[in-house]
Amino acid sequence: MSTQTLPQLERREPLWTRLPVLSHVRNSVGLQRGMLVTGLVLTGIFLLMALLAPLVAPYGFSQISDAGGNFPTQDPPGSKHIWGTTVGGFDVFSRVVWGAQTAVLVIVVAVALSIFAGVALGLASGYFGGWLDRVLVVIADAVYAFPSLLVAIVMSIVISHGQSSLWGGILAAAISITVVFIPQYFRVVRAEAIRLKAEPFVESAKVLGASSWRIMARHIFRNATRSIPLIFTLNASEAILTLAGLGFLGFGIEPTSAAEWGFDLNKAISDVTAGIWWTGVFPGLAIVLTVLGLTLVGESMNDLADSRLRTRGRGRKQRATTAGASRNEAPAPAPYEAPAQHEAPAQHEGGQA
Amino acid sequence: MTALTETPPEAAGLPAPAAKRKGGGLATYLIIRFLLIFPTILILVTMVFFLMRITGDPITAALGGRLPADQLAQRIHEAGYDRPILVQYFEYLGQIFTGNFGRTISDNRAVTEMLATFGSATLELAVNAVVVALVVGIPLGMLAAHRRDKTPDAVLRIFAILSYATPVFFAGLLLKLVFSVWLGWLPVAGRASTSTEIALTSLASPTGIYWLDALRSGNLAAFWDVESHAILPALALGLLTAGVFLRLVRTNLIGTLGRDYVEAGRSRGVSEFRLVTRHAYKPALIPIITVMGLQIALLLGGAVLTETTFEWKGLGFQLAQYLTARDFVAVQGIVVLLAVIVAVTNFIVDVVAALIDPRVRY
Repeated sequence: MSTQTLPQLERREPLWTRLPVLSHVRNSVGLQRGMLVTGLVLTGIFLLMALLAPLVAPYGFSQISDAGGNFPTQDPPGSKHIWGTTVGGFDVFSRVVWGAQTAVLVIVVAVALSIFAGVALGLASGYFGGWLDRVLVVIADAVYAFPSLLVAIVMSIVISHGQSSLWGGILAAAISITVVFIPQYFRVVRAEAIRLKAEPFVESAKVLGASSWRIMARHIFRNATRSIPLIFTLNASEAILTLAGLGFLGFGIEPTSAAEWGFDLNKAISDVTAGIWWTGVFPGLAIVLTVLGLTLVGESMNDLADSRLRTRGRGRKQRATTAGASRNEAPAPAPYEAPAQHEAPAQHEGGQA
Repeated sequence: MTALTETPPEAAGLPAPAAKRKGGGLATYLIIRFLLIFPTILILVTMVFFLMRITGDPITAALGGRLPADQLAQRIHEAGYDRPILVQYFEYLGQIFTGNFGRTISDNRAVTEMLATFGSATLELAVNAVVVALVVGIPLGMLAAHRRDKTPDAVLRIFAILSYATPVFFAGLLLKLVFSVWLGWLPVAGRASTSTEIALTSLASPTGIYWLDALRSGNLAAFWDVESHAILPALALGLLTAGVFLRLVRTNLIGTLGRDYVEAGRSRGVSEFRLVTRHAYKPALIPIITVMGLQIALLLGGAVLTETTFEWKGLGFQLAQYLTARDFVAVQGIVVLLAVIVAVTNFIVDVVAALIDPRVRY
């Protein structure tokens, strides 16, 4: 944008301190830093596991035999199968590792689709207003108020009639989750777009004869999407839970197409009654730790961005950066509802002025 | 702005329209809010109907491949699924208003009757879970806000985040493993043991809520049996919801605890306990109630999974069964009922919020 032409009031800080996650780690103290770092470590393990699944997992996700013959079924954890085997003879450890890959695929597809659709709809709705806006808001509110798992179930019926191959299953799960998430991005972006379209820089773009498309794409889009990374981390964790819920109800991906934690847990319910714990506990822990990691990252970033919740370091010198200044000026009210809309845009206006 | 009492505009010496523009009264707000339920339900019903029909008719979905083509066509024709979709849609709307949801395909019962039978079980589970969530969540949230950034707060925040990160079916699985299988204290699954179930369903006019039926018939043994079955599902669902309540109470209390009037109360010598539980808590209640209303949707979603875990024969358990059987008439019925419940709950929440705080009314 036009920042280059403005007089630089002070030296910009080095790039690495301005990257989203790193700057959050730097700005945090005590418990909050601990939470953020724990979250980053857990998320890192999860991503590595997904990426290196072929190397980490000793067997394939649907492998039930090797050179030494068929795998034993419901074998307790031992030297050959460190986390035991399932009733179908699958290796539990391998399926947990491969499950990470499925989860990452679903999250990436789901969140990418919903950000794309949600942001586009939100921008259009907020900028143009009128009947389009009203219709979209009513639909988004209706979907938002409804149990997300049920929306996902209905969508997966629509998409695949509940049956699933690998990519079919992943797409069905991802699109089902997308439909749940679109309203969230829609709301945030729409609210920002409405606020921004009254700003002087939009007015001047209009006066200069910029097209609606250009104004939305260049001027509003950049400013309205500031809080997206935050919703992203929170949604990634919700996507995993929704995927697991779908799988648990038997709407996931067939065990021979891919490993899916929720599906494995469903199968484990009957094992538990017989005292067989390893088929359920490990995939369950995988879900909990992954969601925990993502949530800790999202939570800490949210807290750090919200001046009311941020823990301040004792005796630490307050740097007089523009960001710090506008944070303190940020209006306090914003009651509970709007954790995602805090003062991030205000910082940017500082740069614009 | 709006007075709590309903003074007629004439009495206040104002022309009626001016008074209306100023925000109407509680009654106007309640009526408008009540009328808003219907479009919400209509939108959900419409969306569910068309989404479920995009990919084909329910008969083919349920029986396709199991019946020869001509018989299938015959049944589709009998059920009227070969007519234009808009005709079917308006017929369906008409049926809903008369309380007729059609008949299920897989076990051929009236959907309305099915909803009534299993709805009471889900209601029982949901109420139990909310009780657990409130009893655990609110006091702990107060504690966390009061001891902010100290050890209790840190521990409770970890509990809250863990309760979010744990899927309810995994929590259920762990509870089952520990308390039913390893310790053998509580039954593994179901709503009651078989003998109790028979005794309770053969009552004259059962409510379907087992503990109530057991108490009404004075059957104490049955009551204990039912309660012991109810503990684990209620804990699984309730503890996870408690995490949400805890965070909600904490965040809002931290907001109000910093206000001047709380400081003023402290300087007057009001006890710390009273400050937290009364002075700061009451103003924090409105956002808490509003968000709690939204939790109903979450709770219903959770109930579906909890019921499947514990073979608790309610709507969620049936939903999973009907989904497996591809019986989309039944699925549609359950989804529509849940939509109505969510819409009505949100209405009640708004009414309560308006009664507490006059500023909410517009």
